[in-house]
Amino acid sequence: MNNLAATAPGAPPRRTIDIVNESLKRRYARERRFRLMGAIAVGLGLAFVVLLFADIVSKGYTAFQQTYIRLPVTLTASIVDPAGTRDIESISGANYNQLIKDALRQQFPEVTDRRELRRLSSMLSVGAPQLLRERVMEDSSLIGTTQEIWVLADDDIDMLVKGNIDREAAQGDRRVTDEVIGWVGQLEQQGRIEKRFNTIFFTHGTSREPELAGIAGALMGSLYTLTLTFLLSFPIGVGAALYLEEFAPKNRWTDLIEVNVNNLAAVPSIVFGLLGLAVFIGFFGVPRSTPLVAALVMTIMTLPTIIIASRVALKSVPPSIREAALGVGASALQTQFHHVLPLALPGMLTGAIIGMARALGETAPLLMIGMIAFIVDVPSGFTDSATVLPVQIFLWADSPERGFVERTSAAIMVLLAFLFLMNFVAVMLRRKFERRW
Amino acid sequence: MNKTLIASAVLLAAGSLSTQAMARDTINIVGSSTVFPFSTAVAETFGRTMGFKTPKVESTGTGGGMKLFCAGVGVDHPDITNASRRMKASEFENCQKAGAKEITEVKIGFDGIAIANAKKAPQLDLTLKDIFLALAKDVPDASGKFVPNPNKTWKDVNSALPDAKIEVLGPPPTSGTRDAFVELAMEGGCNSIPEIKALKKSDEKKHKAICGGIREDGAYIEAGENDNLIVQKLASNKNALGIFGYSFLDQNTDKVQGSKIAGVEPTYETISDGSYPVSRSIYFYVKNAHVGTIPGIKQFVVEFTSDKAWGPEGYLADKGLISLPDAERASVAKSAQALEPMSKPE
Repeated sequence: MNNLAATAPGAPPRRTIDIVNESLKRRYARERRFRLMGAIAVGLGLAFVVLLFADIVSKGYTAFQQTYIRLPVTLTASIVDPAGTRDIESISGANYNQLIKDALRQQFPEVTDRRELRRLSSMLSVGAPQLLRERVMEDSSLIGTTQEIWVLADDDIDMLVKGNIDREAAQGDRRVTDEVIGWVGQLEQQGRIEKRFNTIFFTHGTSREPELAGIAGALMGSLYTLTLTFLLSFPIGVGAALYLEEFAPKNRWTDLIEVNVNNLAAVPSIVFGLLGLAVFIGFFGVPRSTPLVAALVMTIMTLPTIIIASRVALKSVPPSIREAALGVGASALQTQFHHVLPLALPGMLTGAIIGMARALGETAPLLMIGMIAFIVDVPSGFTDSATVLPVQIFLWADSPERGFVERTSAAIMVLLAFLFLMNFVAVMLRRKFERRW
Repeated sequence: MNKTLIASAVLLAAGSLSTQAMARDTINIVGSSTVFPFSTAVAETFGRTMGFKTPKVESTGTGGGMKLFCAGVGVDHPDITNASRRMKASEFENCQKAGAKEITEVKIGFDGIAIANAKKAPQLDLTLKDIFLALAKDVPDASGKFVPNPNKTWKDVNSALPDAKIEVLGPPPTSGTRDAFVELAMEGGCNSIPEIKALKKSDEKKHKAICGGIREDGAYIEAGENDNLIVQKLASNKNALGIFGYSFLDQNTDKVQGSKIAGVEPTYETISDGSYPVSRSIYFYVKNAHVGTIPGIKQFVVEFTSDKAWGPEGYLADKGLISLPDAERASVAKSAQALEPMSKPE
């Protein structure tokens, strides 16, 4: 900076262009450094995201397949339908467990010891009889025939086939014995063991048996909760924003409300859970563990986010739009609803989606209102007991069975897919409504 | 458009609320996260085989469960609560006040806490005193004064142990496993030191603080509530020890081994006969007033206390439950299935 003053007396005065040229290199270098740092920051962020996804996908993709054992099951008419009436009641009460066990024992006629037979039967899932029953009840013409049926295998067998159990380890150090490994090897050689697409994972509710556990219950719970949350919070949030921004007088009271709305957005979510417990469950008697009470709590939690985003969106609508509308004789209400609101809608939707995304991943407030629960049945309404995706992930991550490790990652993938879908819808809506001027 | 949507949502909610309030056909179970894995396994089997709807099981913690359980009688209140300790007298009184006069107590078995390390590391043989001296926040020095724990290696604690850094991964204070660990291992260990035992009489508050205080200088690492994570970390770090429930040890015997405590290895047999010291009893409680109103409660109790569920060969043993000894199991099953009400606990 002091170059001019620093020139020695007598020398020709330095021209500005020399000074600029001298510093130019340094300034370029500074810019390059800054760009590099920016690129590194972005690169690092991306690397972590890729690492996270790679970890989840590599651990979880195996959960989309499930081990089945093909067995020739003889559906003896006298066992399946003793009354011979093909009556649903009589068919549903039959001992399918015995049929499947017999079919497996036929494959290993040399096994006769009682303990060994027990171990042999334990290769099949405890849910297998139920699945066979459903199949026979759908198609009663199967009765009396012998069918090659793919029978669901136990989770230990599933882990063994997927290579998650070390076959080389000493017998006492793994959950499957040498004989079971031998049997599985024999079945594999005969082509009777196969990994097939895991439909159960997408159609069933949770279970304590990894091979029977599905994400459908939690997915439907999340869907019901979020739908209701959106239906409640979006209209209320937009309405509140519109009133505060466009109609309310600017005085101490509205200032106070504004400060409070901003503060509410930063309140830890567990507080909303406590509020939900005291007000909705305690005072209004809304049933626990239901999407309804979860949606009410989530609504209160997301409202501030939506209000703040909506107010910003309203502020960004140019005043000329309002003036023009008022100028051609529209009423204040018409101005807002016909002109300002449609222009602000894309911004409002963005705010709503941010709020919804937060609600989708939230577990803390749900702890208080009974959503951290084991619920097998897939909910079919807003007042059925339900759990949600993040809670299901938490519960599975906490289960000791090894089969749940891959299912936890698979559930995370489902949650992420849900999130992507939500964002995609938001982007599409925004595109549709977006207007430039 | 939005208005009609809201209106219909509210109507729908109100409509289904009124039906909900009248009756409930699923059993509601709340309580301990330790009992949760067993309770859910029974609930699922019960729902699959007995023709009732699958009960809803909430994991609220023992204390939270007791609070909900003892809040009142009626369809809004849970029917059964799980507990990893006995019901306290104060909780029993709350139940009485709320109208839940008759409560059936069912002791279901034991839950062991394992202290384990990686399979490739040598198996340790610890005493409760070693555990206390390794993990306590303050320990008595040679003159009997309490100083912040100076022990850095296991050899400092007990010269028979290996010269390895003390590094223990365990649950955070919010966890029920931590409470049980403090109660069973730490308190057991500190009472084996005469100075501290003497303190119990003179200054009970200080005694409790000394026995329950776990060091915070990095030797004890809070590894979160997730026991699976602790197992994974142990497998990759052979110096570290981990504290978790026995069921996780049972499922991961290829990766980790349980340390012996006072010479006893944590196995099904040693926990069941009580020789393994770090184990506790687990329970569930039934509200008798709901039997008959909510369908299936009695059958649920029968299912839980049948040998195919809680017996040594039953499906709960496969989930890590340690069964009661045969004689006790038979007598508990008899009184549970008859729904004999408990008397006030001490």
